[in-house]
Amino acid sequence: MSTREKTLWIIAGILIIIYALFPIAWIISLSLKSSADISNGQFLPTALSWENYRSILVGDASELFLPALRNSFGICLIATAISSVLAMFAAYAIARIDFRGKKIILSTALAVAIFPVIAIATPLYNLWREVGLYDTWPGLILPYLSLTLPISIWTLSAFFREIPWEMEQAAQVDGATPWQAFRKVIVPLAAPGVFTTAIIAFFLAWNDFVYGITLTSTEASRPVPAALGLFSGASQFESPTGPIAAAALIVTIPVVVLVLIFQRRIVAGLTNGAVKG
Amino acid sequence: MSSIEMDHIVKEYGDGFQAVNDVSLDIADGEFMILVGPSGCGKSTLLRMIVGLEDITSGEMRIGGARVNEKAPRDRNLSMVFQNYALYPHLSVYENIAFPLRLSKTPNDEVEKRVNQAADVLELHEHLKRKPANLSGGQRQRVAMGRAIVRDADAFLFDEPLSNLDAKLRGQMRTEIARLQRRLGITTVYVTHDQTEAMTLGDRVCVLRKGLVQQVASPRELYEQPVNLFVAGFIGSPPMNFLPASLEGTALRTPFGDIELGEERAATVRGHDVLLVGIRPEYFEDASLVDEAKKPHGATFTAQVDVTEWLGDAQYAYIPYEAPAEVAEQLKELSEELDSEQLRTQAVVSIDSTSRIREGREAEFWLDTRKIHIFDPKTGDNLTRDAEAGRRLTEMAEEDRVEQMDRERV
Repeated sequence: MSTREKTLWIIAGILIIIYALFPIAWIISLSLKSSADISNGQFLPTALSWENYRSILVGDASELFLPALRNSFGICLIATAISSVLAMFAAYAIARIDFRGKKIILSTALAVAIFPVIAIATPLYNLWREVGLYDTWPGLILPYLSLTLPISIWTLSAFFREIPWEMEQAAQVDGATPWQAFRKVIVPLAAPGVFTTAIIAFFLAWNDFVYGITLTSTEASRPVPAALGLFSGASQFESPTGPIAAAALIVTIPVVVLVLIFQRRIVAGLTNGAVKG
Repeated sequence: MSSIEMDHIVKEYGDGFQAVNDVSLDIADGEFMILVGPSGCGKSTLLRMIVGLEDITSGEMRIGGARVNEKAPRDRNLSMVFQNYALYPHLSVYENIAFPLRLSKTPNDEVEKRVNQAADVLELHEHLKRKPANLSGGQRQRVAMGRAIVRDADAFLFDEPLSNLDAKLRGQMRTEIARLQRRLGITTVYVTHDQTEAMTLGDRVCVLRKGLVQQVASPRELYEQPVNLFVAGFIGSPPMNFLPASLEGTALRTPFGDIELGEERAATVRGHDVLLVGIRPEYFEDASLVDEAKKPHGATFTAQVDVTEWLGDAQYAYIPYEAPAEVAEQLKELSEELDSEQLRTQAVVSIDSTSRIREGREAEFWLDTRKIHIFDPKTGDNLTRDAEAGRRLTEMAEEDRVEQMDRERV
């Protein structure tokens, strides 16, 4: 690569980074502005203020935000766990066993994944109220499974397909039952794949807004994205930009932490597969 | 330790393809049996049916006298070495070898004893803590063997275990496997497409073609008394030459001159328009280097040499010849089936490495006519096979094996 080409690449890279990170920098800056400072017409706050964080963590908005944070964590973790386990079995069957209707299952999963959420939000609202799931944790976990399962099944079956059949056959010859072979050989080998899938599933559920706003009404189950929409300013003439920015930052943190924790596992998993044996 | 008996084993896939077709084979206790054949001949399928990874469509499989058709692999007590080793990458070498023992809930101190024994045999001690990904090909291969020998299996099954190694290592591991098998005296079934492995390792070799058993015999019998064109062409490297010929009186007319058969042999091949004469490369010699006393046992002819290859210990000369269209077509089919690609009809001739025969010149060759075989090109049958001599060769090999095993036991 010539120097000229190199500089062009570097410039292009920097542009993309700015494009991607600028909104985040803006949110950070917004969250640190005091309410009087919001419309100061400049990018950086005139004076650093923790007012917004105080308001959502201990102040008047905390009644809305903290239960929502708890709900989001609980609901998303449970939904992720259930969908990972279910997807693991489903994907294993799809990758390993030839059965009738395999294609139908996969294409149905894809159809569910691309089905517009907004179209079933209202029917679900009515149905949930009838059966008593409205504004409960299970009432959100169930629709989240429909969001996360298809993509989990797809990615996991790709991972399982990568694992050589012989591994399992070797285990069976060595004296393992099919379940032992699955648990002692396939699951450890697929672990990076399961982690990757779980993270994707978690994000999907964590970022959902439509179900969150439609199927909940109180702090009993309202997740963070829905709660953010309900923030109000100090007076009705003031928009709650600052607290929303602060809350947005706080809910981004778990996502970043998750990726950082599992990054090494994910990368290790990707390179492990390249080695024969 | 057990014998393995196969009784009219058939494997038919869902689409009607018969991978294994009516195979009956008895493998004696402690015997080293090789399944060999070109790719797609059903040898691996047969092995996988023995171990239980493949269902048996019909027929009966017995291990140690007991029917195993319906048994799961884990209940058959066999151990297998896979072509790509199938080591568990998340476990250390120690745990890889210990895996079968862990599954059978063997107590820890027993596991340690057994793994250490296996590591002794295979010289794996300094690697026990490492992960398979950090090992070389040969080391991985040894770990896979360690996992096989660590428990008291009734038989060892090998599925092309050496095909992923480079040539030098392959030779070493081959002798290693032979030594190990003799030492442990365990019934072994070994699948390979490499005929060097087949010839050197096997007590008996089973040659398969399109799911059908062609011949089961000791390597010597296969080499000297092949039952048909396929076996003759498959066993031996460079392969046997097949020359078109026709019978005139008691002599065979070939592109390299007439070969006198004598009345007795001529009678066995009479009644065919076209014949194929099978001559191994080493039955030829540079005529100027042949002992005068030996000369009357063969025929001498001159031919144009196309290419010579000098290998130090041996020398090969290539002699092109014309073949009638129908025979040429059949030879081409045969060579395709044997996974080789013969572009032209030519004979490979092995001559002494000191021979002065050079490329592009006419040269005089001598051919030992006592050892040639004559095949019917239509059916492929060997018309001159001496079944009695073949049986004796295999019996001798069997006696050798029994004697060797007795010696190991002492």
